[in-house]
Amino acid sequence: MSQATAASVAVQATAKRRRNYARRYVWFVVPAAVVIIAVILFPWIFTIYVSAFDWRLGGERRWVGFANYKQLFTDARFGWAVLRTILYTALAVVLPMLLGLIAALSFNRKFPLRGLARTIFILPMMATPVAVALVWTMMFHPQLGVLNWLLVQFGLPPSLWVYSADTVIPTLVLVEVWHWTPLVMLLILGGLASLPVDPYEAAKIDGASPWQAFRYITLPLLAPFIVVALIIRTIDALKAFDTIYVITQGGPGQASETINIFLYLQAFAFYNVGYASAVVVVFFILIMGLAALLLWTRERVRIT
Amino acid sequence: MVRITRRAAFQGGAALLAAPPLIDRANAQSAFDWRRFRGERIEVSVQLSPRGTMLQQNNKEFEELTGIRCGLEVVPEQQHRQKIIVEYASGRPSFDVTEISLHVNKRQVGKARWNTDIRSLLADSTLTAPDFDFADYGEGMVTYATQSDGRLDTCPAGADYFILYYNKELLAGKNIAVPTTWDEMYEASKRLADPTKQVYGHVGRGVKNANVVLWSSYLLGTGQRDMIDANRQLITDTPDAIWAGENYKKFLRNVSPPGSIGFNWNECQTTFMQGRAAMWVDGIGFAAPLEDRTRSRIAGKVGYAVVPRGPGPQHHCALFGAGYGIPEASRKKGPAWLYIQWALGKANQLKWLVSGAGVPARSSPFRNEEAIGRSHFPREFFQTLEASAKIARAGLPEIVPVTQFRDVIGSALTNSISGADVATELKKATAEFRPILEQSERET
Repeated sequence: MSQATAASVAVQATAKRRRNYARRYVWFVVPAAVVIIAVILFPWIFTIYVSAFDWRLGGERRWVGFANYKQLFTDARFGWAVLRTILYTALAVVLPMLLGLIAALSFNRKFPLRGLARTIFILPMMATPVAVALVWTMMFHPQLGVLNWLLVQFGLPPSLWVYSADTVIPTLVLVEVWHWTPLVMLLILGGLASLPVDPYEAAKIDGASPWQAFRYITLPLLAPFIVVALIIRTIDALKAFDTIYVITQGGPGQASETINIFLYLQAFAFYNVGYASAVVVVFFILIMGLAALLLWTRERVRIT
Repeated sequence: MVRITRRAAFQGGAALLAAPPLIDRANAQSAFDWRRFRGERIEVSVQLSPRGTMLQQNNKEFEELTGIRCGLEVVPEQQHRQKIIVEYASGRPSFDVTEISLHVNKRQVGKARWNTDIRSLLADSTLTAPDFDFADYGEGMVTYATQSDGRLDTCPAGADYFILYYNKELLAGKNIAVPTTWDEMYEASKRLADPTKQVYGHVGRGVKNANVVLWSSYLLGTGQRDMIDANRQLITDTPDAIWAGENYKKFLRNVSPPGSIGFNWNECQTTFMQGRAAMWVDGIGFAAPLEDRTRSRIAGKVGYAVVPRGPGPQHHCALFGAGYGIPEASRKKGPAWLYIQWALGKANQLKWLVSGAGVPARSSPFRNEEAIGRSHFPREFFQTLEASAKIARAGLPEIVPVTQFRDVIGSALTNSISGADVATELKKATAEFRPILEQSERET
């Protein structure tokens, strides 16, 4: 047998083995495939299908093609909901990121009772969002809430908190910051614990100031961890529903109506499922775009 | 002289001997058979309220009476309304009996014919207990529960009237009489305010959606009274509607606590029961927590009155209500009907009234002087109920997209508290909702 024939036989044998392997184990993929089709693929295709109908629960279903999408792009209320979502997300990402970074740097230093302080700091994260929202709602009451009582004790004027269109978004962000800053702190603290000490020693020998060490060593080395925290926070802030719904239900008026609240009202208060499905599709595209941008940023950071 | 023959004596003796079993059989035929569906199981879904809680506590009583196993779920009001609509729309609801908020879902449920017409069940003497006595239901409530095509697809359960709650101590402190008109109430509210003690003359719903029923309470006092006309066209930007909006703005903006823009009934209740507001117009069901000495600082000091009059010739208070229905898709209609007869029977409806859990749809509880006398609620409360029942009128339009109506009009009202012009806001909201209503009416 020539060398070429032997090689050809070997290639054929490998291909056959692969085919056998695929045939033998293909059934192992079936359960996962069924689940993915049932809970991800089918609902998605169905949502896109429903978005092409004018359909209110209990009423007739009428094919309207892209009319729901056209209506969505001319619906001022939806436009405002998108803007509010962007504002809320920006604040609810940036503030916990900054505070979480500062907290992580502080907890990375050694000081007495550090373990206890860390434990207390992460406690808010353990609480159920709905329970947290209910407690904050009571605290925000303009006449009977403890927050205004505290402000008055310190000689400050009382605030209307979530009971005013001007202050509702910053107040809701306050709850989000209180709840989720510990998560950011934990993620960054984990990153800080894994940093090598050599660059710091070299920088010290070169006479770098603490700020320079932070700016040129800590921050670049922490970047991958910060980006992970950023991705998690952004996803969390974008999908925020429970806290807003329990505290304000999108009010006063529509002052805290984000895309999620808008979507919920269309689907479950107005039973306008066709229009709500169009909102879902558009919201999904927005999130996918943002996720792609964040993942691209992460890759860039990793390469740098 | 009547001569008794031997034959007649034998016949008479035989008849006497036969009489007891014959009477027993006759009684057995007339006595209603509550246990004819024993061994079956039904699912019931009701809203979380003192009524729902009461049914939950007494569920065993129904099971023992009928031998039917009953799975009862009690869901918070808002979530319950959504849950049942989604389940109905699926075609296979999980419940055999459910509570329907008539002021929210009546037309939607009726239009889709999701429920069984209970008139056929009422007419069936084998399925309806003689003491269920449907004639005991107030005519107003039966009309309220009846669909426009004449179908009765829910059994009326209870009513909710808007009334005036007032703090007797605060009114007496300033020697102010209970107001009988909205103008008097506004003037009294101004006098009762004491910002240094954070006490306000009035508290009311400001949050969108929930606030529409307060605005409609003002509108009911005008000549117009309704929110849609006889041709089912929207009339929410007329001079009367704007007057009601101005009244709403005046009360909420000038004599209510700061932050009222975000107040729903729960914030109003907290403010009022802490003695921080002198007057509050809201549903009758809040009497129970207000008189609860463990929770309320004003228990025993609460006054009750019918809502003040408006400028119109008629005097009305807003009416809302609930009914219990059986889904057309249910395979347990018989057992489900027994459940409704038990839950909304005379005994349970009396319990609702005397415990302050709600206003029964039946008339007989109001005539039970002895039970009312034993109640811990003052007589004034029952008198207010009785007077309100006479002037009650639907507080929301009977349309399918009623939640969207509340959302759109409610947002306009909320904006007015922030200072926006009422007429502009109501015209804008009316223009926004009109096509939605027209489309809905076309489909009906």
